[in-house]
Amino acid sequence: MQFMLLFSRQGKLRLQKWYVPLSDSQKKKISREVIQMVLARKPKMCSFLEWRDQKIVYKRYASLYFCCAVEDQENELITLEIIHRYVELLDKYFGSVCELDIIFNFEKAYYILDEFILGGEAQETSKKIVLKAIEQADMLQEVRNTHIACLFVLVYEVTIGSFPSC
Amino acid sequence: MPAVSKGDGMRGLAVFISDIRNCKSKEAEIKRINKELANIRSKFKGDKALDGYSKKKYVCKLLFIFLLGHDIDFGHMEAVNLLSSNKYTEKQIGYLFISVLVNSNSELIRLINNAIKNDLSSRNPTFMCLALHCIANVGSREMAEAFAGEIPRILVAGDTMDSVKQSAALCLLRLYKTSPDLVLMGEWTSRVVHLLNDQHMGVVTAAISLITCLSQKNPDEFKTCVSLAVSRLSRIVSSASTDLQDYTYYFVPAPWLSCKLLRLLQCYPPPEDGAVKGRLVECLETILNKAQEPPKSKKVQHSNAKNAILFEAISLIIHYDSEPNLLVRACNQLGQFLQHRETNLRYLALESMCTLASSEFSHEAVKTHIETVINALKTERDVSVRQRAADLLYAMCDRSNAKQIVAEMLSYLETADYSIREEMVLKVAILAEKYAVDYSWYVDTILNLIRIAGDYVSEEVWYRVIQIVINRDDVQGYAAKTVFEALQAPACHENMVKVGGYILGEFGNLIAGDPRSSPLVQFNLLHSKFHLCSVPTRALLLSAYIKFINLFPETKSTIQEVLRSDSQIRNSDVELQQRAVEYLKLSSIASTDVLATVLEEMPPFPERESSILAKLKKKKGPGAVSVNELEEGKREGGELNGGGERGGDGSAIAASNASTPSPSADLLGLRTGPPVTAAAPSAGSLLVDVFSEAGVNDDGFLRDLEPPTESSDSLLAEGPGDSDSAPPSVVSEDPATPLPESNELLNKFVCKNNGVLFENQLLQIGIKSEYRQNLGRMYLFYGNKTSVQFVTFTTTVTCPGELQSQLNVQSKTVEPLIEGGAQVQQVINIECLTDFTDAPLLNIKFRYGGALQNLTLKLPVTINKFFQPTEMASHDFFQRWKQLSQPQQEAQKIFKANNAMDTEVLKAKLLGLGMALLENVDPNPENFVCAGVIQTKAQQVGSLLRLEPNAQAQSGEQMYRLTVRSSKDTVSKRLCELLAEQF
Repeated sequence: MQFMLLFSRQGKLRLQKWYVPLSDSQKKKISREVIQMVLARKPKMCSFLEWRDQKIVYKRYASLYFCCAVEDQENELITLEIIHRYVELLDKYFGSVCELDIIFNFEKAYYILDEFILGGEAQETSKKIVLKAIEQADMLQEVRNTHIACLFVLVYEVTIGSFPSC
Repeated sequence: MPAVSKGDGMRGLAVFISDIRNCKSKEAEIKRINKELANIRSKFKGDKALDGYSKKKYVCKLLFIFLLGHDIDFGHMEAVNLLSSNKYTEKQIGYLFISVLVNSNSELIRLINNAIKNDLSSRNPTFMCLALHCIANVGSREMAEAFAGEIPRILVAGDTMDSVKQSAALCLLRLYKTSPDLVLMGEWTSRVVHLLNDQHMGVVTAAISLITCLSQKNPDEFKTCVSLAVSRLSRIVSSASTDLQDYTYYFVPAPWLSCKLLRLLQCYPPPEDGAVKGRLVECLETILNKAQEPPKSKKVQHSNAKNAILFEAISLIIHYDSEPNLLVRACNQLGQFLQHRETNLRYLALESMCTLASSEFSHEAVKTHIETVINALKTERDVSVRQRAADLLYAMCDRSNAKQIVAEMLSYLETADYSIREEMVLKVAILAEKYAVDYSWYVDTILNLIRIAGDYVSEEVWYRVIQIVINRDDVQGYAAKTVFEALQAPACHENMVKVGGYILGEFGNLIAGDPRSSPLVQFNLLHSKFHLCSVPTRALLLSAYIKFINLFPETKSTIQEVLRSDSQIRNSDVELQQRAVEYLKLSSIASTDVLATVLEEMPPFPERESSILAKLKKKKGPGAVSVNELEEGKREGGELNGGGERGGDGSAIAASNASTPSPSADLLGLRTGPPVTAAAPSAGSLLVDVFSEAGVNDDGFLRDLEPPTESSDSLLAEGPGDSDSAPPSVVSEDPATPLPESNELLNKFVCKNNGVLFENQLLQIGIKSEYRQNLGRMYLFYGNKTSVQFVTFTTTVTCPGELQSQLNVQSKTVEPLIEGGAQVQQVINIECLTDFTDAPLLNIKFRYGGALQNLTLKLPVTINKFFQPTEMASHDFFQRWKQLSQPQQEAQKIFKANNAMDTEVLKAKLLGLGMALLENVDPNPENFVCAGVIQTKAQQVGSLLRLEPNAQAQSGEQMYRLTVRSSKDTVSKRLCELLAEQF
């Protein structure tokens, strides 16, 4: 896969992931071009487009378009299901995901994508395992938080404890 | 599931995002962002050390702003700091920022690599994965240098966690793609291959992508993967739909892995081992059988996953092209899909059938679907599906159905979408030629093409019809008659006029017996179109006229009249005028014999591959026209054109181009024929003889005969095939000599630091530079504008002559390979030792499609880059001005303004120069004065400048007087030279 773009019906880019080295201006140009092309498609048209020497595979979920550019020999249908699996992962993690979740928690959307696809290839296709990895990361943060909280309590108690003797 | 973002919710971030979303206008958004950027900047610069949380929050905000499409030029350091935080989410945000805002700022890269190194050796799998993800996301050469040795070890180590192995495999893949020279598998090869046997399906899924890529490059070393892949595939295919638990997707067992296994097998020929092969064929049969089973779910995901495997299996069957039974079954299966209600499946079936059509085993089976495909061409609502249908019709075309298919395509052309017309035209032209049994059909078809879609008929197409008519004398009379009739239409396309002019000029005599098409009627018909045509066509018509004089002496006076008219002989277009003059002279001076020799009928063209085919190949990109098709084209085309020898792919384009040069290609130009270099002199000398007798200057004719120049771009335009015709780049012979325009390019950058340094049809070089004190850093961006990779790309920066001791320039080596459309960056560090005049030279060498490109430019490093502005009051300025009063310290120039005298523009340029622009110093407010100090390692050179515009000089021209004074005479002189070019 060369890149993945998530954008709204208004053409606002919500997530961009690039798996090939490109300059910022190239990325902007490509995004504009692809978004324009995909938004011009009517419903019921096929989900695949020839673009340059690559293929664009896209699918619309509610207000969001998910769009991948893949190499010419890549399998279109399986790419379509890559998109779907990613949507499932987001959905499961956020609980009925909507566009706003991705806007406000964009960093999470990136983390989930990184667990699922790396360097443009599927890394782990099991939904359970991907979500477990993300949850574990979330837990790691929580443990540390509670850990610090405990530490505070401890310090507090020591201070309180020593208080009467003063 | 957990409510999101608990634990590490960043309230400030959420508030900021809401604010942005509530902005009513783009301006409001930019205002809000600028406010936030100022805030973050002050926090980062503040004295108070930020805690990890705040740092994370601000870095995340910056990231958000960047992703909105705004530029971010700070915060990298803070992000790098986060990498070494021991709090997971801080580290995570740091890595995300680095991954998204890759910036090969060399100092940072070192710090980033250090942090990654620490995490990789932390033995904490979560941290290791984060670090690996970062490498895979950035994938830069620096990272490959640092980690390409370490990652294979992690990948195959026995104690590595599965998740880390998965990340390591894909990380390595990414590094291999960017820097294949640095990723050496060697001793690891067999252990990597054996990952296909890993019990963890996730590990296999990740590893197989790496193995596939490595196998494509080194098939022999990895060939043991074939039997492993087959047995893995067999286990998956024969498993029940629930066996693989979480790797079953909508009742389809491991669809991703299955597709990847089938793809891996496509890197190899069919297995030689009978048992392995038997097992594989069994798998493929099972997959085909499953397609006939009723679906286990109504969900589209189920059918997509199942069909993804099916299509991949069909690809493998086509790749092997050795199992007739499987090929025919595949074809039947695709036939069912042709009428499926899912548009996606119809599209893919058409696409896949295209490749099946080229196999001798399935070609006939594909042909049985012709009616369905024609129907698709007519009724599909989606243009991309219609395009596939057109492709398939083209692929399934052979002698038996050519007339039907060409007729259908022609009728489709009348209503076809503009986007695909040109390609359709090319296809029709190729099919008509390839399968022509009688040439009248061919001529009819091409003339129809021009009539229906004249605008889309490229030069190759009409060149080709002429080549064929010239070579086949049995069709010449018919062609003349048909084109004569076509020209009767009141409005006919210019391409028709070109073909008409050419053919009648050659073979008009064949129809001249009929009084309805007598010579004068022919001439008048052609001439009636003359005034509506473009210059190249008119030029061609003039050549046709002179040929008429030879063919039909009775038209001589009429034509001479026309040539003599002011609109010809005094035409403002130099080409037309020259032709008129020369043809007129030729017709009046040369004897009939000489005339007959010069204007003899065109000799047959040497046989060669159709340039149209080459054009279609180019249009569709490599691989779109299969080798089979080409071979077939050659075979059958050879039959058609008398089976002469054909040139290789590359020379074909060049040769056909040479034979029909430039839009002003004309009868005489064609005479040279390919190979142009050999033929041109002889033809040329013939003409020289003629004209030396006649005493006419022969320049014009010789020029006609020269190989095409810029006007033939459309044909010569880059493409992998035409290596013979050197791409039209600016290539200087001597690598040490910079391009002639490099001084001009240098001048462009005196007052600015960023921009495009150089651009031609292949390469674009962008530049970004920054200077501080006597040091500078320059980023060069080499962009490959073509779709073909540049190989052995090397650049050298040299300081010629005494510059060596004045500047210290160090450049990093740049990656030797630039993929089509990609860009690579090079960093150059510059130290100014003492003042200097010349500019360093940048030499660039690379191979493009086999041809060596070599160009030398001047790097825009000029002495003023090392200026430090100096603010001073009026009194100080004049005092110093007086101090620098020795004659050699001053340089002065009076010069004409090249541009309008716009105060704001002038100010901007002077500021760009690097000096301080001093207000209220000069008593005359029109004048500009500046002050600055040039920083070199050896010394500092104070410089003062005064620019006096004179909008109404006596001469009526706008003039400037520029005076520079500085403590060193060479500096004054150089600054004066540089600046005089700027205004």
